[in-house]
Amino acid sequence: MSPRREIFARGLDLTHGCVEMSHGGGGRAMAQLIEELFLAAFDNEWLRARDDCAQFAVPAGRLVMATDSHVVSPLFFPGGDIGCLSVHGTLNDVAMAGARPLYLASSFILEEGFPLADLQRIVESMAQAARRAGVPVVTGDTKVVERGKGDGVFITTTGVGVAPEGVTISASRAQPGDAILLSGALGEHGMAVLAQRENLGFDAPIQSDTAALHELVAAMVAAVPGIHCLRDPTRGGLASALNEIAQQSGVGMRLRESAIPVREPVRALCEFLGLDPLYVANEGKLLAICPAEAAETLLAAMRDHPLGREAAIIGEVVADDHGFVEMETVFGGRRLVDWLSGEQLPRIC
Amino acid sequence: MKYLDEFRDGERARGIAARIRQEVEPNRRYALMEFCGGHTHAICRYGIEDLLPDNVRLIHGPGCPVCVLPSGRLQAAIDLVERERVILCSYGDLLRVPGAQGDTLLKARARGAELRMVYSINDALDLARAQPDRQMVFFAIGFETTTPPTAVAIRQARREGLGNFSVYCNHVLTPPALRALLATQPATGVVDGFIGPAHVSTIIGSQPYAFVATDHHRPLVIAGFEPLDVLQAISMLIRQINAGRAEVENEYTRAVSAEGNRKAQRLMAEVFALRSTFEWRGLGWLPDSALAIRPEFAEWDAENRFAIPPIQATDHKACACGEVLRGIKHPEDCKVFGTACTPDHPLGSCMVSAEGACAAYYHYGRFRQAAAS
Repeated sequence: MSPRREIFARGLDLTHGCVEMSHGGGGRAMAQLIEELFLAAFDNEWLRARDDCAQFAVPAGRLVMATDSHVVSPLFFPGGDIGCLSVHGTLNDVAMAGARPLYLASSFILEEGFPLADLQRIVESMAQAARRAGVPVVTGDTKVVERGKGDGVFITTTGVGVAPEGVTISASRAQPGDAILLSGALGEHGMAVLAQRENLGFDAPIQSDTAALHELVAAMVAAVPGIHCLRDPTRGGLASALNEIAQQSGVGMRLRESAIPVREPVRALCEFLGLDPLYVANEGKLLAICPAEAAETLLAAMRDHPLGREAAIIGEVVADDHGFVEMETVFGGRRLVDWLSGEQLPRIC
Repeated sequence: MKYLDEFRDGERARGIAARIRQEVEPNRRYALMEFCGGHTHAICRYGIEDLLPDNVRLIHGPGCPVCVLPSGRLQAAIDLVERERVILCSYGDLLRVPGAQGDTLLKARARGAELRMVYSINDALDLARAQPDRQMVFFAIGFETTTPPTAVAIRQARREGLGNFSVYCNHVLTPPALRALLATQPATGVVDGFIGPAHVSTIIGSQPYAFVATDHHRPLVIAGFEPLDVLQAISMLIRQINAGRAEVENEYTRAVSAEGNRKAQRLMAEVFALRSTFEWRGLGWLPDSALAIRPEFAEWDAENRFAIPPIQATDHKACACGEVLRGIKHPEDCKVFGTACTPDHPLGSCMVSAEGACAAYYHYGRFRQAAAS
């Protein structure tokens, strides 16, 4: 037990207690919150050093860094919560450069009055996600805002990793003729959160797909080091991710609707609400673009990993000055898969 | 999805498309108007035009509830929520429709107006029950499809004595719009036949469209919103045109009967009365084309409770929504289509809703325009 514990007369009330302004004030209350809640969950050598920063050696290679803020509502949803989501989101952003994530930093903005029990649940979920991924949270920060000025808890995480030699993955590298692969079924995170948030009274068996993808990426890079692009289609879904890549690479895309996996409950709920699964957020899926001749090898490597079992080749990159993402519909007609405008809204008629 | 996938089957689609190609007379032009935005959406979403011969042209009609709402009625809602500090409950699409000078409910929300996007009028009733100290106004729009639920909610509010709930009623009727469209058409006009409404017809039945055939000698085929429904209706229209027939036919027999849903019609008649005239974006002022809340329910009529003044707003002068809604212009014929007017910055209502012809073309069909230019 830490000798510092003695300076706190009473332990944090993790059953009935709430976040108070003093928990962000820099004094004893803040030290206690860090000690009994954050340190207890994340426990590792860097945090135990109790510095305002973390010091670590870095293996040789190209350093990759990414940051992501998480403001999800509701905080807890089927298949996950803001805690594990904030770990997976940043790990995945680092992994999309083909890199192995090494360390995480996390920053919390807490709203006064937020139940400490909920905070503990979130932090433990984060810690578990980080442990499973083998990536420690080595430094962090906590601020408290007055009641009404936050939405319970906001979490920003930053990750660093190292990309192996010879791997150059970027959304600007897609070339005409490349194959487009998707690691699994679309729309599960977005619809799980929406079903919960909108109080729709659906008993939809949809779980968020939130997951850390770096091990899948490692297997893919090992099989095909010449992957051109990787992207996790989060907000804005597959459609937005493909449009971004098309724009950055100055190419067009041709998709086959019949090849794009969407599970039945997601399809049904999207249908009911008038939403298109191509635009719904994912948190455990990735898109890969690689030379056509390597596509089958990459597909096999993806399907060998539990997070890529349902991987599919969904289309190809083409030369197109307009940068259009087009799709052959199940009817054999053509349609554009456009950028999302504003937010997806349910239809009226 | 059972009961839906069979209406999206690619094999069957190719079968019907092949039949259509066989049956069209090569020297004839078939200009078919789908009345509803739901059809427009299905046509663009599934690329149905790619399956049709060149001489079969689809023209998009005014059946998009958001599109035909005049900007004055929308501006009145923006003014209401800002002036009276009510909470306005609305379907999502309405939030982005431009009112006067391009103002929108979304912009009003950013200025501090309280808006709630709801999926059903029942959500608005729930909000009123949960916050008895706040005035909750439901922004009711739509054709006959969404009208019966509004009637039910108003009756429920009266039963519960819900004094903080009211409805800003903008419900419009389909047959008068069809009548107005046909009245502005030359005898051998722009439109050779109509794909008739799907959901609307489940309520009103097929009988109210008889005048299209008898008075205007145009065939009309009521069709569901699934892509195979649309293709089948096109095929039925082509057969009628080839045979020189002009009849009301029903492709959507799984949901539509001749007399419609009598119970829903009774509910509508109990709560609503005809307005003598109402403004439609694109079509102008049409007699007997919209519904007002009956005096017996005046307490739940927002126009009565808050004395909402009529506002005459003019649309952006470059916007061709009016001509697009009447089928005179194709979305891509509009000078500002895809340039000054896009779904992110709509100048006109047809660029907002997924059922609007301009939005459907922009989202799904823009590559055709690029290929042509």
